[in-house]
Amino acid sequence: MVDNPINIEVKDLNVWFKDIHALKGINLRIYKNEILSIIGPANSGKTSFLRTLNRLNDLTDGFRMTGKVIFDGKDIYSKDIDVNLLRIKIGMVFALPIPLPFSIFDNVAYGLQGRIKNNKEINQRVEKALKSAYLWEEVKDRLKESAYKLSGGQQQRLCIARTLALEPQVILFDEPCSGLDPISTAKIEEAMIRLKNDYTIILVTNNTKQAARVSDRTAFFLSGELIETDITNKIFTASMDKRTEDYITGRFG
Amino acid sequence: MSKIKEFIIEKIIFLCGIITIVFIILIFLFLLKEGLSLFKSVRIFEFIFGKNWYPISEPPQFGILPLILGSLLVTLGAGIISIPVGIGCAIFIAEVAPRWLKDILKAFIELLAAIPSVVLGFIGMVTLVPFVKNFFGLPTGLTAFTGSIMLAFMAMPTMVSIAEDALYAVPYTYKEAAYALGASRWQTIYRVIIPGAFSGILAAIMLGIGRVVGETMAVMMLTGNSARIPQSFFDPVRTLTATIANEMGEAVVGSQHYFALFSIGIVLFIISFFVNITADIFMHHKK
Repeated sequence: MVDNPINIEVKDLNVWFKDIHALKGINLRIYKNEILSIIGPANSGKTSFLRTLNRLNDLTDGFRMTGKVIFDGKDIYSKDIDVNLLRIKIGMVFALPIPLPFSIFDNVAYGLQGRIKNNKEINQRVEKALKSAYLWEEVKDRLKESAYKLSGGQQQRLCIARTLALEPQVILFDEPCSGLDPISTAKIEEAMIRLKNDYTIILVTNNTKQAARVSDRTAFFLSGELIETDITNKIFTASMDKRTEDYITGRFG
Repeated sequence: MSKIKEFIIEKIIFLCGIITIVFIILIFLFLLKEGLSLFKSVRIFEFIFGKNWYPISEPPQFGILPLILGSLLVTLGAGIISIPVGIGCAIFIAEVAPRWLKDILKAFIELLAAIPSVVLGFIGMVTLVPFVKNFFGLPTGLTAFTGSIMLAFMAMPTMVSIAEDALYAVPYTYKEAAYALGASRWQTIYRVIIPGAFSGILAAIMLGIGRVVGETMAVMMLTGNSARIPQSFFDPVRTLTATIANEMGEAVVGSQHYFALFSIGIVLFIISFFVNITADIFMHHKK
């Protein structure tokens, strides 16, 4: 993986929410077509880090940051960045499935409307996205139904499809399986592994086993610091830092 | 001892709860008894669709169609003005304005709600009435249009605060999800937040309208009190409420005129009842 070109480079990133120093001097490279998982106990800054990458923290009161996040050769926090376009290139799937209050089809087409004029192309993109998220077979006859009629796992795959429809370069997953049963989780993990061929994936997870199953590299966060990053196998078998090992083996967190 | 205390307190609270219901039922019964007495001598159809309201001529005519149309026209006008402005204001406060401006705006809207309607009517009389007269070149500035403008101001506080609550009630996660899909602020408001708050916004509109229908003082002062069928927004009109307020003092108790005013009360009651019920249905509407 480390041989792939760099997709996102985070340099000396510090983040504050009001007085809380949430991320402290993070340096991290994310390579193309890898799955990087981020693990760590609660309040270690995993989600804050993820939300820094698509500038979703901008919506949060009291957010301040220093440092750089280089994506596509540009700092995403520089003034001339089109934030809406950035969020299309760096898509996000949230912890709990959040279908918007529309039909299944409209949920997936949501981000396309206004960008693509041609209805036929929208239809094609929706179908393709649903197929990539392994949902097409289950919903193809009920696209006009409300998205709330789907099960939790289906809703989460719908949210993945919604992001895929925009054809992003990077997908951020924020604990995407935290509310799901093991079978739904397996389906989503399977989807992630296949999606790796076309996308770069960053996965925040509380489930260390999930990180071990799907990711190429793993980063361990603790109290806002990046403790270490390495090939997943190495992190899980021979981590450099004692704290990483303690966390993985369940001695704290 | 404490058991007795508990018992007494419980009974008192029960009484408080029952009293409201009893009062409402008594008021309603009284209204019905007095109002329905009219229909011993006047047919309902003639009452509702009669074109002439001459309660003290000989023989008297009790047609409230001009009054209904007057109320409708003023309400319609107030709705046309207050709905877009009020809902726009709510969206601005809930989604767009920075915090400090939000607080100032909310304070001003509460202030607007605190102005007594007679004061608004008075202000309208000395400022708006001459303005409307001169601007449109009318024989009088006391028109349905003038009343509509002032009533729009009175409907706005209710509308804004309820619509704002409805907008806040849209889960924050929807907003985040929309932003994460590359939606701009306007797209998020227009395509996610407003549809999400739609039933609440409708309820806000209905309650605002309800306020307009029942309002008396300001319309009485501003609309010219002419019980004729209006031809346009720029005619003087008289509303149902203004008629009762104007004539109750001079109607002989027990006369046909007196009963007719109560019948108008029933009509008003039915209208506001339906407006409130509709608002209620929207408010508790589940997606």
